[in-house]
Amino acid sequence: MDDDSGGLAEDRTADLDQGRMRILDAKPVNLDGFSVTNPDLGLVAMHSPFDPEPSLRISDGPEGRRVVELDGKGADQFDVIDEFIALYGLDLDVAEEAMAMDDQALARMTVDFNVPRSEVVRLVAGLTPAKLARVVALLSPVEMQMAMTRMRARRTPSNQAHVTNQLDDPLLIAADAASAVAYGFREVETTVPVLGDAPSNAVALLIGSQVGVPGAMAQCSIEEALELRLGLRGLTSYAETISLYGTEQVFVDGDDTPFSKAILTSAYASRGLKMRVTSGGGAEVLMGAAEKCSILYLESRCVSLARALGSQGVQNGGIDGVGVVASVPDGMKELLAENLMVMLRDLESCAGNDNLISESDVRRSAHTLPVLLAGADFIFSGFGSIPRYDNAFALSNFNSDDMDDFLVLQRDWGVDGGLRTVPVEHLARVRRRAATAVQAVYRDLGLADFDDERVDAVVVANGSRDLDPGDPKAVAEAATAIEAKQLTVFDVIASLKRTGYDAEADAIMALTRERLRGDQLQTSAIFDDEFRVLSKITDPNDYRGPGTGYALTAERRAEIDAIRQARTAEELTADQAEHHGHVGFDDVEIARQGSDPREVCIGLSPALGRSVWLSLCGLTVGEVLRQISAGLEEEGCVPRLVRVRSTIDVGMIGLTAARLSGSGIGIGLQGKGTALIHRRNLAPLANLELFSVAPLLTDRMYRELGKNAARHAKGMAPIPIFTGGTDESISARYHARAVALVALEREASEPGQPPMTVRMSR
Amino acid sequence: MKPEDFTVDAAVDGNLSLADLRMDPATLAHQAVVAEEGGNPQLAENFLRAAELALVDDEDVMGLYEALRPHRSTAEELEALRVSLETRGAARCAELVRQAAAAYARRGLLR
Repeated sequence: MDDDSGGLAEDRTADLDQGRMRILDAKPVNLDGFSVTNPDLGLVAMHSPFDPEPSLRISDGPEGRRVVELDGKGADQFDVIDEFIALYGLDLDVAEEAMAMDDQALARMTVDFNVPRSEVVRLVAGLTPAKLARVVALLSPVEMQMAMTRMRARRTPSNQAHVTNQLDDPLLIAADAASAVAYGFREVETTVPVLGDAPSNAVALLIGSQVGVPGAMAQCSIEEALELRLGLRGLTSYAETISLYGTEQVFVDGDDTPFSKAILTSAYASRGLKMRVTSGGGAEVLMGAAEKCSILYLESRCVSLARALGSQGVQNGGIDGVGVVASVPDGMKELLAENLMVMLRDLESCAGNDNLISESDVRRSAHTLPVLLAGADFIFSGFGSIPRYDNAFALSNFNSDDMDDFLVLQRDWGVDGGLRTVPVEHLARVRRRAATAVQAVYRDLGLADFDDERVDAVVVANGSRDLDPGDPKAVAEAATAIEAKQLTVFDVIASLKRTGYDAEADAIMALTRERLRGDQLQTSAIFDDEFRVLSKITDPNDYRGPGTGYALTAERRAEIDAIRQARTAEELTADQAEHHGHVGFDDVEIARQGSDPREVCIGLSPALGRSVWLSLCGLTVGEVLRQISAGLEEEGCVPRLVRVRSTIDVGMIGLTAARLSGSGIGIGLQGKGTALIHRRNLAPLANLELFSVAPLLTDRMYRELGKNAARHAKGMAPIPIFTGGTDESISARYHARAVALVALEREASEPGQPPMTVRMSR
Repeated sequence: MKPEDFTVDAAVDGNLSLADLRMDPATLAHQAVVAEEGGNPQLAENFLRAAELALVDDEDVMGLYEALRPHRSTAEELEALRVSLETRGAARCAELVRQAAAAYARRGLLR
């Protein structure tokens, strides 16, 4: 809207202080930063006017075929990224065919499940970065999800956790790793606030990650060279923070080139370490060197490069630059496109979501949900399995206090996000075992001596703020000792065995043994808890339309459904028994028509005072009736209780009572507390006053209801009863319980039986 | 050593060492075939480079990585590295170094 008042009243300054706007201003979403699109700074999501036109020229020379032009640049203009993609990244046998195809035709193939996945993969292998970005940009968010569902490499989705704490406390790392694998995470990732602590974190994570459920892979994300050294000694089993960037400037600022990354990639494989690279949009913008290109195009370069390097997978779609991406229009869509491009290049997708995208719960949920629904090899490349403050990476998009929300979301949608509910008893057992295992190994290897009180504190700690900081040098000294002794995975295994942790020793040895077979180096590989490899090779995505592809087994379905908050109807009504018989109802006679003009009948539902004793607001039915009766009496009326046996409908109960009542006014009351005032000559659904939100009612309101019924009986005007409204989700909080109570009413109802006058006794 | 030789008892007895963590080049060559058949020749190429590095000591692997980082090496140093890799039978890694040297010279990334 423009500022033209268009004949409306002139602005009054005071009118601009809008109450509703003040509420909006205070909402968390308005703590987020939003940027106006600006290609000069790279602040543009899907397409920049400066993105190159897709192009590819291949020349046949004496040394074979080679790329002489890539996305508008001749070979002599190639930067190191172009150079590496031109050398290794493209399938030149298919490139001519693929590059000649219409963008829209290619985009349609990505979502058309009648086109085999392998055919899409074959063609995409011949697409340049600019071409793939254009194709993906044509898709709507829903189409992207469809494409992800069918294009991800592994059939079975999985999930990865961050396990860190501010103290680098090894016992806590181990306990949290054990919790993480209990929840179902198949990769756990740690890092350090203090670099020198890294070897200790790696050892603690390795041990903790094999407690209870074996086979999860573990990594310690630190400076590239030190990380590789820990991996070479077998103390980690995968790596993923091998960073790629979409422009040469930022790449070199990051102290690497595609060629050094290629050696790093091969170095990891040479020691049996699974490895993926990290990219993720926004980094180039943050580093001030986006070369005016769109975030999507630069990320497409990264993904092409990842494939060229021979990395089996990519972590992207919401990494460190996520705030930049989310600040521009189409930002969240771009993040989803990043994941999709990885899948289209036939690589493992570790789908980001590992950086808190927004202060708003609505926005951060909106970021993760499409990935959860579509499925990815890893839904999160780091779900914060620890409290926000303990996350030494950055806050994740979901953190330990979001675990119940995530488990409920899996159940709501019937989708597999890789996680499951864990009973508190199990958590207590595995946390204690993990903490004591690390305590024992650190003592055995002479690294550190943590006392039993520390173990006790760690087992129950939410995070490091619940722990005494302890000796600040202990962890650093343990890490130094690990380095000084050059401890290897074999030393850790031997120590676990010596100290009686046979299961963990066996698990880590099995992990080491399997690693030397190399099957876990293939695309999208994870180990299940029996050390079987699930990968693109052994568990390929076979989605070919509805009814195909990954489906929950009955066992997995039950696991997802069984959240700890679910209750049976019996459990939801168990508290009724506690109030059984607090008042008694004795039948007097089949109800007759009253004649006293001061009489107001109170119609009771079938189960009230028979199987339902407690209303939803927490008042007993006896107290509710006492208040209503008192209200009637205060206004000079006489209550009569009538059991309406044939219906559970509160409108009909009230109308029945009104028809029997001498005054022609009646009150209907259900056991759960819903109440209304009725008059004998009204239609069943047209009552005089209704208390429909039973959970919000109070004793005072029931008394006012009685008074108003009496006023109606006397022909006086009632006094409005204001409940004040509520911000609570009444439906979400109470409907499960209401359904259980209604079932009791239904069970107690006696169709065809006439109303009965009853007397209440205490 | 075969994977079956990797037992907890062997670790306790001190019969396993760092060198045992290197992959058997034949295993990596096999994985390269699997990757190639799976339609990912780049992954296969990586495994073949890895097969070469599996025979190289940790420190030399670290040295190779360091030499390829930007502004670390002169053209002569990269050429010497290439020759030494070639001599050791690491032809693919040698070729990568040759390609890097050419690109670094053009892009000003040599020392």
